[in-house]
Amino acid sequence: MIQFQNVTKRFGEFTAIDDLTIDIYEKEFFALLGPSGCGKTTMMRMLAGFETPTEGKIFLAGQDIAPVPPNKRATNMMFQSYALFPHLSIWENIAFGLKREKMPKHDISDRVDEMLRLTRLEKFASRKPHQISGGQRQRVALARSLAKHPKLLLLDEPLGALDKKLRQDTQFELMDIQEKTGTTFVIVTHDQEEAMTVASRVAVMDHGKIIQVATPDRIYETPNSVYVADFIGEVNIIDGVVTPNGEESYSLTWKEGQAPLNVQSPAPFSDGQKCHLAIRPEKVTINSEKPEGVDNAVQGKILDIAYLGNISTYHVELPSGAVIKAQSANTRRISRRAFTWEDTVWLSWTATAGVLLAE
Amino acid sequence: MTRMSWFNAVSLTLGFAFLYIPMVILVIFSFNESKLVTVWAGFSTKWYGELLQNEAFLNAAWVTVKVAVMSSTIATVLGTMAAYVLVRGGRFMGRTLFSGMIYAPLVMPEVITGLSLLLLFIGIGLDRGVMTIVLAHTTFSMCYVSVVVSSRLVTFDKSLEEAALDLGCSPSEAFRLVTLPIIAPAVISGWLLAFTLSLDDLVIASFTSGPSATTLPIKIFSAVRLGVSPEINALSTLMIAIVTVGVITASLVTKRQMVRQKRDEQAAART
Repeated sequence: MIQFQNVTKRFGEFTAIDDLTIDIYEKEFFALLGPSGCGKTTMMRMLAGFETPTEGKIFLAGQDIAPVPPNKRATNMMFQSYALFPHLSIWENIAFGLKREKMPKHDISDRVDEMLRLTRLEKFASRKPHQISGGQRQRVALARSLAKHPKLLLLDEPLGALDKKLRQDTQFELMDIQEKTGTTFVIVTHDQEEAMTVASRVAVMDHGKIIQVATPDRIYETPNSVYVADFIGEVNIIDGVVTPNGEESYSLTWKEGQAPLNVQSPAPFSDGQKCHLAIRPEKVTINSEKPEGVDNAVQGKILDIAYLGNISTYHVELPSGAVIKAQSANTRRISRRAFTWEDTVWLSWTATAGVLLAE
Repeated sequence: MTRMSWFNAVSLTLGFAFLYIPMVILVIFSFNESKLVTVWAGFSTKWYGELLQNEAFLNAAWVTVKVAVMSSTIATVLGTMAAYVLVRGGRFMGRTLFSGMIYAPLVMPEVITGLSLLLLFIGIGLDRGVMTIVLAHTTFSMCYVSVVVSSRLVTFDKSLEEAALDLGCSPSEAFRLVTLPIIAPAVISGWLLAFTLSLDDLVIASFTSGPSATTLPIKIFSAVRLGVSPEINALSTLMIAIVTVGVITASLVTKRQMVRQKRDEQAAART
């Protein structure tokens, strides 16, 4: 439904968006994820009409939207600061966009009541924005931006101002509302957990370029670069040189005096190529004895334990000085934990656990 | 309550005496029976009665109010427009120069402003009267309005305007329906400031007024040159009373608003 074609945006010398091409489909929940300053907000503002591309074209439902001013676009935006009109009541805030459409009075009233029900704000209709709490304000902002039946809803860091518990509840609410209304949602966020939770597809951005676009599980399990692997969640990166030793199978030489690691990779690598092996900590198993019949096993000493309640992360120092993180679920109470600081342990993982990435 | 130290008490007394003794004397002598200003001869309100009979003063007062209303209204419109462009117009050529120039009339000696306006009016052959005073007052009070309004606009969240555009407003609708109602307090206080400035201006008005129009400050000034009369005292007392009532009302209204807003926000935090 949305197509960016070779879009570039410059602010003076600074290039915010660099020759970017991407498609966003109908009824999709699409997340733009990246650190601040990566250009994700600029992309959103170009969709809303507050910025125009320096080069390239943006199509919305087949129509080039560059010449269309923001007030004529079938998109609505939920602002990071919510941007509720302080001089109007909640009801009037939600009705604001509908009144501009010259909609008949009773239709406006029906639609506003419907939105109030959807966001469970019926009780607060006559209050002013400063008379309600942060979470309620955020729902008003959502109701206001959905009231006009936009083809595309843009959400700019919508949950940034909420505390963690409220944010998680709201994430599920957002997904619910997106399914109910069938609107295409594009969300901008720097919180990877949020992007993974709500979105059906995630685009990871850096320096005005899109590094990878995929479903959350593919982004997590098969990142296409060290940058993506490192940005999403925790990861161990092991540098080395590969030698093919079978079909889609390689051995990775990584430290002098250490046995090479067995890795499988569908992507082809040539003999002697320098590579990075990315392994998620939860895919590394920790044992006190050397496990039998595993693809890879290394010995090390526990340096640090981060206890997170449901899981613990063990930082294990190998004899070479490298530190590998392993995670395990705390299925037993902490007093019965098997390992403690300075323990010598064995780490193991399968050949398919990691992803082999080129330089 | 803690007792004040004698040093603080003396400071307070001296300071306030310095500020208010002249005005208190003026008010007391406005109720003087005697025609001689400096000799007390008993309480009377007769000078207030005579004041209401004095057509010259009443005319001047009427001219002053007319000028103040007109000039402050025009100044508010122009000043708000200027402030909006300077804060929101983006980085156009010479923006820094323009925003500096808007402050220049604030520091310009009034005599020079008055003189230059006088030269202008003579140059273009404009007869001096109410019209020219209104123009002159608009000129200098406009800067004050734009300073007040632009300081409000700087802290104004731009995304509110963007939200209005996003919801289907044209830029002018967005200004009328969202920006203006929100900055209204600043615009109103700009208007009040311009109104007050115009009310008490003597220097610029005396350059730009003609025989057909005299403002109250000019009238008082010329009357005083012939000797202070109890009538002037009465008039001044009335002006003090009006200003005092105005200031107290304004501060009460602001205070009540603040208290209400605070209460609302606390209520919101609890829900």
